[in-house]
Amino acid sequence: MLGKTAGGIFWMFRYLERSENTARLVDAGFRIALTRSATAEKEWESVVATAGVRDAYVERHGQFEASAVIDFLLRDRANPSSVLSVIAQARDNGRLVRTALTREVWEAVNECWMTLNEVLSRPVRDRDLPAVLAAIRQQSALVRGALHGTMLRNEIFDFARLGTFLERADNTARILDVKYYVLLPSLSLVGSTMDNVQWETILRSVSAYQSYRWVTRGDPNPRDIAHFLILDRRLPRSLAFCYAKISNNLGYLEADHGTRPHSHTMADARFHSFQNKPIDAILDEGLHEFLSGFIADNQALGIQIERDYRFHE
Amino acid sequence: MAEGAPRHFDEMTGRGDGVRSPYFAYRSWFEAEDPARLKHKAAEAETFFRRMGITFNVYGEADATERLIPFDVVPRIISGREWARLSRGIEQRVTAINAFLHDLYHRQEILRAGRIPVELIAGNEAFLPQMIGLKPPGGVYTHIVGTDLVRTGENDFYVLEDNARTPSGVSYMLENRETMLHMFPELFSSVAVQPVSTYPRNLRRSLAACAPPNRSAGTPTIAVLTPGIHNSAYYEHAFLADQMGAELVEGHDLRVVDGRVAMRTTRGYQPIDVIYRRVDDDFLDPLNFNPASMLGVPGILDVYRAGNITIANAPGTGIADDKAIYSYMPEIVEFYTGEKAILKNVPTWRCSEPDALAHVLDNLHNLVVKEVHGSGGYGMLVGPAASKKEIAAFRKKLEARPGNYIAQPTLSLSTVPILTKAGLAPRHVDLRPFVLVSPNGIKITPGGLTRVALKKGSLVVNSSQGGGTKDTWVLDE
Repeated sequence: MLGKTAGGIFWMFRYLERSENTARLVDAGFRIALTRSATAEKEWESVVATAGVRDAYVERHGQFEASAVIDFLLRDRANPSSVLSVIAQARDNGRLVRTALTREVWEAVNECWMTLNEVLSRPVRDRDLPAVLAAIRQQSALVRGALHGTMLRNEIFDFARLGTFLERADNTARILDVKYYVLLPSLSLVGSTMDNVQWETILRSVSAYQSYRWVTRGDPNPRDIAHFLILDRRLPRSLAFCYAKISNNLGYLEADHGTRPHSHTMADARFHSFQNKPIDAILDEGLHEFLSGFIADNQALGIQIERDYRFHE
Repeated sequence: MAEGAPRHFDEMTGRGDGVRSPYFAYRSWFEAEDPARLKHKAAEAETFFRRMGITFNVYGEADATERLIPFDVVPRIISGREWARLSRGIEQRVTAINAFLHDLYHRQEILRAGRIPVELIAGNEAFLPQMIGLKPPGGVYTHIVGTDLVRTGENDFYVLEDNARTPSGVSYMLENRETMLHMFPELFSSVAVQPVSTYPRNLRRSLAACAPPNRSAGTPTIAVLTPGIHNSAYYEHAFLADQMGAELVEGHDLRVVDGRVAMRTTRGYQPIDVIYRRVDDDFLDPLNFNPASMLGVPGILDVYRAGNITIANAPGTGIADDKAIYSYMPEIVEFYTGEKAILKNVPTWRCSEPDALAHVLDNLHNLVVKEVHGSGGYGMLVGPAASKKEIAAFRKKLEARPGNYIAQPTLSLSTVPILTKAGLAPRHVDLRPFVLVSPNGIKITPGGLTRVALKKGSLVVNSSQGGGTKDTWVLDE
């Protein structure tokens, strides 16, 4: 396939994943703000930071006020990561790679764009927010469903998945990194319990609130949460899960192309590091240091994949 | 022309109140239908097109809004017998066009014979000196042609234009049929309509048959070259590439590698054999044509000259659909086929000739005046529909540069009914059949794209100016 097409697919699925992640972040932020008006501004600030658009936001709004943050993250076309912006990008990419998509996938992404444009055509009122966020998640699920149900398992599919999991790993790492200060004080005090609302937010941001309860017993504690989000290979948003997938998809590409470019070595090294590393080693090393190292490596991997598979001239 | 006739020729009712035979079956189906259901279906068609993303971008509109070409649910129906005659005429004309192009870029017999003035070619931008002496692979110049036809009576068809460069609209022909099949499946079981869905396969075959002698082993690699997603016809480019199983490429995906045109794939550069290009000649090769072009491939013409790539349509075919050349088509057809042209030309005054110019200036209110190199219905005067002021303004332009214009009588274009709120109402139509040329022969898809002026009385069918489209049926008889 064309390098440009591979790049178009890769980014199309990064954008779709991003729209879903943003919806989830807003959802978690909204919940915490409802219950804690005193620290609401702080919470919204960390939501904006997690979305990676803090500077752009401050330049435009200054204060971290709920309706401004929600509007910036969902609707503002000046914010390249807003849901409206990334959905338009995903759909443009869909047009670009139209010949690599089944009719079902194309129609799903086109309909996603039409629906969300309609839903987000005017500022979202608080009482409509849950329905709007549900629509965002649902539309992106429909595209994913069409992808899984109708696409050939060839390199096109591999690039779609690589984009999805690189974006997802980045998102999970950012959530943890922005919130690590919440985990820290309690980590240093062995046996102390965490602030309930805070850990709930972290888990909700990665749709892991329920699954955490399924796999652990007793009160949530920071060590278990860090383990769950970083190392648990059963959780589809954990870093280890994402890298298992990335490794797999690169493996399929290797079998298909008969070559093993540098990006594979980078991805496998990271994948193996998760297998051999107990959570305590990571915490000893420093959670923030670990996460910022991970985010940088993850980004470098994306760039290396673009180079290895000739996305650009 | 048909002035003095009581009314326009309507393809469903003729000139009276009866029903012409090709419409018998459809009309009785229509009369048994619930009008409310039909209106509902018409709305459904629009949703269908939007969901599929069958939209086009309008040049010059800031917000890059995507528009739909309105679709009318009443088909335009042509009998098998009518079609047989039309396709003979089209085949003859397209054969002559290819012979004409070959001649112009080689021995120029037609100029030597004095049948066409040399100045018309020599000073014409559409004539590419770079093509002189070059033999395109398979000997084909115009692989894809869209011959625009209009009808004025039971047996009167005229060729309005020969689109010999990069005719567009074939995706609408195909999607219109898909839409009709989806909405009215029962109709197709009672009326035998010749299928159009073979077009993409035939296109692929006919392009492959023109692959250059130096090419990859096995099935030739075909790519569709598009200017990109912002082009108004991008949907069609993607659609055709998808349907043919060809790659959809832009200029920056391609480069010349080891004397071949190659595309950048995830595994490195891989050569391609045939390019179906949807960019204009001028943008094709910045080294050989417009140096500012970002849409083409530097050096592709040199590869072409070396016989290592097929470009469809060949560069320089525009000279054959030039409006000044158009008026010579009857002579061209006779010169190369030895037969009288089966399809009529619209009588044309070349304003470059003083007598013709005088006649045109005296009759502006009755004539259609077109720019020689214009397209898309822009820059033309429709005399009978124009105000005194518009005519006066146009007169000035015409006097300043007479050689830039041709004039034709306003034809009394046939009408076909469309579905309006008040029921069926006649609207003017034209027809663009799509023709494929390969060394193995000429293939014409039965039907084509019917464009319809949705405004009552309007003669302008262009989608850029409010026209719509219809499914076009050729009956299987």
